[in-house]
Amino acid sequence: MEVLAILIPVSLGLGLLGLLAFVWSLRARQYDDPDGDSARILSDDYDDAPAPRDPPSDPDYPD
Amino acid sequence: MSATEYQGAVACPGCAATPGAATTASGAARREEVVLSLPGVHCAGCISTVERGLKALPGIADARVNLTMKRARIHHDGTRTVEDLIAALEKLGYEALPLDMVALSSTETDRVGRELLMRLGVSFFAMMNIMLLSVAVWSGAADATRDLFHMISGAIALPTVIFAGQPFFKSAWASLKAGRLGMDVPISLAIILASSISVYETFNSGHHAYFDAAVMLTFFLLGGRYLDHRTRAVARSAAQELAALEVPRAMVLRDGVEEMVAVSTLSVGDLVVIRPGGRVPVDGVVTEGASEIDRSLLTGESLPVPTGPGKAVAAGEVNLTGRLTLRVTAAGKDTSLARMAELVAVAEEARNTYTSLADRAARAYSPLVHILSFTAFGVWMWITGGDLRFAINISAAVLIITCPCALGLAVPAVVTAASGKLFRAGLLIKSGTALERLATVDTVVFDKTGTLTLGRPEPLNLPGIAPESRAVAATLAAISSHPLAQALAEAEQDRTQVEEIREVPGYGIEGRWQGTPVRLGRAAWVGATGGALTATWLRIGSDAPIPFTFADRLRPGAEDLVRGLMAQGMEVHLLSGDVAPAVEDLAKRLSIPHWQAEILPEGKAAFVSGLVAEGRSVLMVGDGLNDTGALAAATVSISPASALDAARVASDIVLMGQDIAPVSDALRISRQSVKRIRENFAISFGYNIVAVPVALVGLASPLLAALAMSISSITVTLNALRLK
Repeated sequence: MEVLAILIPVSLGLGLLGLLAFVWSLRARQYDDPDGDSARILSDDYDDAPAPRDPPSDPDYPD
Repeated sequence: MSATEYQGAVACPGCAATPGAATTASGAARREEVVLSLPGVHCAGCISTVERGLKALPGIADARVNLTMKRARIHHDGTRTVEDLIAALEKLGYEALPLDMVALSSTETDRVGRELLMRLGVSFFAMMNIMLLSVAVWSGAADATRDLFHMISGAIALPTVIFAGQPFFKSAWASLKAGRLGMDVPISLAIILASSISVYETFNSGHHAYFDAAVMLTFFLLGGRYLDHRTRAVARSAAQELAALEVPRAMVLRDGVEEMVAVSTLSVGDLVVIRPGGRVPVDGVVTEGASEIDRSLLTGESLPVPTGPGKAVAAGEVNLTGRLTLRVTAAGKDTSLARMAELVAVAEEARNTYTSLADRAARAYSPLVHILSFTAFGVWMWITGGDLRFAINISAAVLIITCPCALGLAVPAVVTAASGKLFRAGLLIKSGTALERLATVDTVVFDKTGTLTLGRPEPLNLPGIAPESRAVAATLAAISSHPLAQALAEAEQDRTQVEEIREVPGYGIEGRWQGTPVRLGRAAWVGATGGALTATWLRIGSDAPIPFTFADRLRPGAEDLVRGLMAQGMEVHLLSGDVAPAVEDLAKRLSIPHWQAEILPEGKAAFVSGLVAEGRSVLMVGDGLNDTGALAAATVSISPASALDAARVASDIVLMGQDIAPVSDALRISRQSVKRIRENFAISFGYNIVAVPVALVGLASPLLAALAMSISSITVTLNALRLK
């Protein structure tokens, strides 16, 4: 049962990592246009180089 | 509305405080932002077409389509106007509407939505981790291991509940203070009771801890809350942003100098200049100039009315042919337009008394749950002879099991699915209860001009007229912004050489063709006697005048819609402020049995109220200011996005595209969603019927609570997704 002392912190840590990733993606406004994102994958417009980033229009979340 | 008048409305949010300055400081280059609503975009191809098409224009720095919100955000260097961009998009085949940047800045940041999403994420993380530990306990971890797992669960659950449960605690507290028992009271009670009992049990090495239930409850209910918020936010923002279609600025004449000012600064006695094509911002009397004004939005008249010095004009009318100077008689809140909007607000209040299905369910549910829980507590105290710990455990279990998890999701899940579907069809649901009210509709009342028709005339007898005359007429018509002239110029492509063309505001256009004077305009002006049909007359020299007759163009989908409604057995009415022949003609074309012409705004409202008083459920579809009373009086109302502000405010649903056919989708989907909502209530009630007795006799375990909660929430959500 001693292994629990390692496993529990590890599982919690991984969960926390996921939570942090979620918080980051939320603040980076990745949920603003889910429909568009799923459609954009089909276009080859920015296949070679990424699009210039949208300037943040929300002063609270400078990304 | 002219290009310059728009600058103020579309400036970036940061400049909202300083009208006139429409630039954002981004290095030395001017950088302006425009947001357009694009009801027609729907696929990856649309995105590329729009973005590439816009970026190909000179002066455009960047264009990005948001497919979820169906809008495009465009950055340009200040050389482009909104009208330019809209015209360019139209050429690409997309309808575009400008949005109000000031209103946008307040809705787009959507702080509440993001906070809810954050709480949702945190409670999901907590739920999953606690569940992991709980599974170990359920499968037989005992003694020290169980206590340790409970403690870790508690360490995760307590901060989570305190952080994520805030929306419920706040609203429960607010409703308690107001002396009501809302849905949030049993929710908060269940969460708090479950957490505190679990803490107590954990420190006393108890067998059952409900940390997982407390967090799961928070998670599922937050999900429902978020869906609810999103639907409402979309509706609210749509209403606010479209408000920008009104004229924000006006040209005022002070000491002989023309000056652009905000409409809100105008006062009685000011002289205001209105250019052809501009919308009148105030009530006033014409002091100078002759023109024709389009009153269709206010009165439903499809034909322009001539105006001149001494004549009164009202806010909301559109000046068509000549430049007008007005002396302001009423501005801002005193204009007839604003007064009508106020009347609407009063009528709205009356309608807001409609209680939604969810509210009705909550009203019946909350007291029942509390009574049940307290009874269980009392009975078990009596049976066990005063075992407080056991009795509290039972009553907490009852609260947790009955907690309206599925009930909290039942309505939002369906409404979200339905409004998503309708949004894709081009309809915006502004009111939360609109779907429920729409489902009951048995009578549909239409306005004519601008609703069933586009308010744009279409020439009828062109093929029967000599090509030469057609070319002359079209050449003359091309210089005017009168709707009949524009329709003629658009329908007839041939042009010829006509000299000395000039427009006589209020009468028509004249010129010289091959040496003979030619005139196109009102019957009396060209020396003809007008008939019943809408017409403009052409006279070449001293030949007999030739009439060009027009009919209002039908809105796409209107025929199918009316036919579909009649096939569903609905009673269809047509009410219009326009003259009888025009209304009769349309009623015949669409085979609408009941129609009334030349009806006043009060008459429309009274007619609709009469139908409602008869016990009918009325859907009013209208766009004009003369419809607002009727829109507000109806059970539920729809207006096109091209409608006046006041009409859109008064209606529950806004039709974004030109096509009116989605209205029948709305009716179908609304009936389906109400069915789904009822099914969902039945499902959650069914689970309670099974689970409550188990909890009452004291057999409920955390495992059972978790199962009941998640299964009922998932079934309810899946049921909502069945919406077709």
